[in-house]
Amino acid sequence: MNVFDTLIIGGGVIGTSIARELSRYKLRIGVVEKEEELAFGVSKSNSGIIHPGTQNAAHSLKGRLCVQGNILTRKICRELGVDFKEVGELIIAFEEKERTRLLRLKEEAEALGVPGLKIVNSAWLRENEPNLGDKAVAALYAPTAGVVSPYRLVYDLSENAKKNGAKFYTMTKVEKIAPRGACFEVYTSKGVFRTRYLINAAGLFADEISKMAGVDDFKIRPRKGEEFLLDKKREHITDHLLFPLPSKTSKGILIITTSDGNPMIGPTAEEIDDKEDLSTTDAGLKKVLAAAQRMVPSISEDDIIAYFAGLRPVAGDDFIIRHEDKVPGFINVAGIQSPGLTAAPSIALLVVDILKREGLALKRKLIFKGHRERTIHLFDIPLAKTERFIKKDASYGDIVCRCEMVSAKEARDAIRRGARTLDGIKFRTRAQAGRCHGTFCTTRLLKILSEETERPLKKITKRGPESEIIKETRTDD
Amino acid sequence: MIERDLVIVGGGPAGMAAAIAAHENGVEDILLLERDHCLGGILNQCIHTGFGIEYFKEVLTGPEYAHRFIEKIRSAPQIEVSLRSFVVRLEEDKRLFFIKPGVLENVKARALIMATGCREKTREMIHIAGTRPSGIFSAGLAQKLINIEGLLPGRKAVIAGSGDIGLIMARRFMLEGAEVKAVIEIQKETRGLLRNVVQCVEDFDIPVYFNHRISKIYGKERVEKISAVRVDGDFNDIPGAEIEFECDTVLISVGLIPENELIEMAGVRMDKKTNSPVSKELNRTSIPGLFVCGNSFKVYDIVDSVSRDSVIAGRLAAEYLRALR
Ligand SMILES: Cc1cc2nc3c(=O)[nH]c(=O)nc-3n(C[C@H](O)[C@H](O)[C@H](O)COP(=O)(O)OP(=O)(O)OC[C@H]3O[C@@H](n4cnc5c(N)ncnc54)[C@H](O)[C@@H]3O)c2cc1C
Ligand SMILES: Cc1cc2nc3c(=O)[nH]c(=O)nc-3n(C[C@H](O)[C@H](O)[C@H](O)COP(=O)(O)OP(=O)(O)OC[C@H]3O[C@@H](n4cnc5c(N)ncnc54)[C@H](O)[C@@H]3O)c2cc1C
Repeated sequence: MNVFDTLIIGGGVIGTSIARELSRYKLRIGVVEKEEELAFGVSKSNSGIIHPGTQNAAHSLKGRLCVQGNILTRKICRELGVDFKEVGELIIAFEEKERTRLLRLKEEAEALGVPGLKIVNSAWLRENEPNLGDKAVAALYAPTAGVVSPYRLVYDLSENAKKNGAKFYTMTKVEKIAPRGACFEVYTSKGVFRTRYLINAAGLFADEISKMAGVDDFKIRPRKGEEFLLDKKREHITDHLLFPLPSKTSKGILIITTSDGNPMIGPTAEEIDDKEDLSTTDAGLKKVLAAAQRMVPSISEDDIIAYFAGLRPVAGDDFIIRHEDKVPGFINVAGIQSPGLTAAPSIALLVVDILKREGLALKRKLIFKGHRERTIHLFDIPLAKTERFIKKDASYGDIVCRCEMVSAKEARDAIRRGARTLDGIKFRTRAQAGRCHGTFCTTRLLKILSEETERPLKKITKRGPESEIIKETRTDD
Repeated sequence: MIERDLVIVGGGPAGMAAAIAAHENGVEDILLLERDHCLGGILNQCIHTGFGIEYFKEVLTGPEYAHRFIEKIRSAPQIEVSLRSFVVRLEEDKRLFFIKPGVLENVKARALIMATGCREKTREMIHIAGTRPSGIFSAGLAQKLINIEGLLPGRKAVIAGSGDIGLIMARRFMLEGAEVKAVIEIQKETRGLLRNVVQCVEDFDIPVYFNHRISKIYGKERVEKISAVRVDGDFNDIPGAEIEFECDTVLISVGLIPENELIEMAGVRMDKKTNSPVSKELNRTSIPGLFVCGNSFKVYDIVDSVSRDSVIAGRLAAEYLRALR
């Protein structure tokens, strides 16, 4: 049996952030994830924004953790070699009477400690955001807003946690939890795990896990967000993240500069029942386009090259992060809706505090290897540097993905670092993420995955069991 | 940096015809760059017949058609072919960078012909709502998987689009023992050739639904079902007229887009709607000495016309080089 001091359920940004933070200490740490790869839950389908902390209620836990998370994420990105781009955000008023709301937002955010806020006028906007519609009258500018690649952050966090001793188990679904003495026995699709402390970071399914552990006092309600990516050719359409004034349930439909350069428009916010409904809709597209065009009129439907939907795990207005005294040793980290990506590092620190308070002995390791070598992406280095890489390893010169310029070497490295599926390669390298949508590179990637993982082509999947690409092989392979 | 008289990017039928024509018109230093490991372009995966009827007055398969040009190229030592050579950057002065295993090269072309072909429109470009499971392929990718790799990507398919590629893939699936539930076409008639309608769908009793569009894709991990809806003359949905098809595969065959990101990068004036160069005359662009031919100049229906017109690009480049001297 696998025995741990702390077992984390869920391999999203929250679970992996906690695992990495805990891996500073002399502990046996495990992470169980039901999907074939990490970051296949909510953490793969969001806006990728590291929020400054604006638009949160004054005394909310969310707000406090977000402001702190914005600071911590920068440090973590530096340590892990993940791109953090501080682009700044503009919350835009389109009517004179909305000015007072901007001022109120500014005051609320200042109370939470958001730095550098200022109100900018239409002349400033015209100079700094020339594509913005001319109806904009003023905006709240928050310079500390940034963007990251959410899945690459999860992969790099987990890689670093692994390097420091944490163990990750994918395709391991938690099915039952039973207290046994001072421990828990966690029954999964891959056998039983025993742990002293159990941390529930199961995203959309955190209510079900909590119920298994004996705490049944909240429900996760999915709130769907549809997002639409634009061609990289439109990279410079905006320089900042553009927000309208927020509504009660969401920050509204945004124009986002993603960390890889493709602008993105979205998300919608719609309460739904099915936790697995990731479909996009015609209505969603219409709504997002109209809202985005209101801010930047030159955005066109033809710019769209991809789209997806994500579900925010909502349990009331705020995050639920607490030790359940009724079930000693069980910690819920639930309802981590937006800004959960931003707050992840501060949530991890809070969980460590809770564990300490609940009696977990935290002894720092003599050596914590906090740094990770930056992953090489040909698309973000100058050609002169590419040349040096190609000289070192010829397969950097073997281009697999035409739209995003990804080499066979990068694809193979991604697999050696944990990718097991086509989506896993896409999230790590961007191969298949460009305008041709994998028409060009799928064949090569199938073969590379098959070679590296020693699985027959028929067993290669898009994102795990049942999502095979090939139905029959007509050659001897 | 090396300087060359004529560089041609793309070794499909367009690039090959242009290379041969330039050579026949006196150009003695030609570099032909192709990113694949063989010449022939898209023809290599088109193993059906119907090529060459106009150009050679013979009925050939795609690879046979390509082979005739490959032979000619091989017999001309003035044409240097560089395979697995991927052009990744093009500058206004016709300097280009290409990557191949082990090297990054930098060439300056006195004259340049771009023959980079086109790519297929995707499901995303026509915005089909629903989920994003495995089992959604562009028709060209499915063709490559079956014809080149010997892999069958699905057993029950629905095809979006009744152009030639969609029709040919409908037949290809049937011949492989797979089932084609329907071809869904938003227009009121097919854009495909009559012979393809007869030989590829009628002969196999495949139903074609005109005035319909795929409205939604269902399925969590793999495609399970699609729904299609009838549309009016302005392509608006007619409510209540939905039909559903159970299938494990959706092939998208809804048109081609010229692949011109490189010339756009170099500053060639582009028509944003068609993604092709703005041009008053066949194969010319706003940059003197930079020509575009074949499917990257405009989308052609048949390869015979590509060969015919690309010969002109070779000639134009030869004239341009002569005038330089
Ligand atoms: C559309 C959208 C946009 C957003 N934009 C932003 C943004 O810009 N900035 C921001 O800060 N936040 C944003 N968020 C919020 C952010 O994405 C989430 O807060 C964050 O990803 C939650 O991470 P998580 O680790 O809790 O959840 P997840 O990533 O879902 O991780 C939970 C994991 O638990 C696994 N699991 C579930 N049940 C079991 C089981 N029984 N056994 C084993 N494993 C199990 C799941 O498979 C999953 O991988 C957005 C969210 C959405 C939906
Ligand atoms: C799926 C499909 C089926 C078809 N079926 C038929 C048919 O049945 N009958 C018919 O008459 N016509 C058919 N056609 C059309 C016909 O094949 C095309 O008109 C013809 O191939 C176009 O020739 P081309 O040289 O312009 O493009 P391509 O054949 O596409 O050649 C372009 C070449 O350029 C290379 N290239 C592109 N970018 C770069 C770069 N950056 N660096 C280096 N090299 C590069 C590509 O690898 C490719 O080899 C079909 C087309 C497709 C896509």
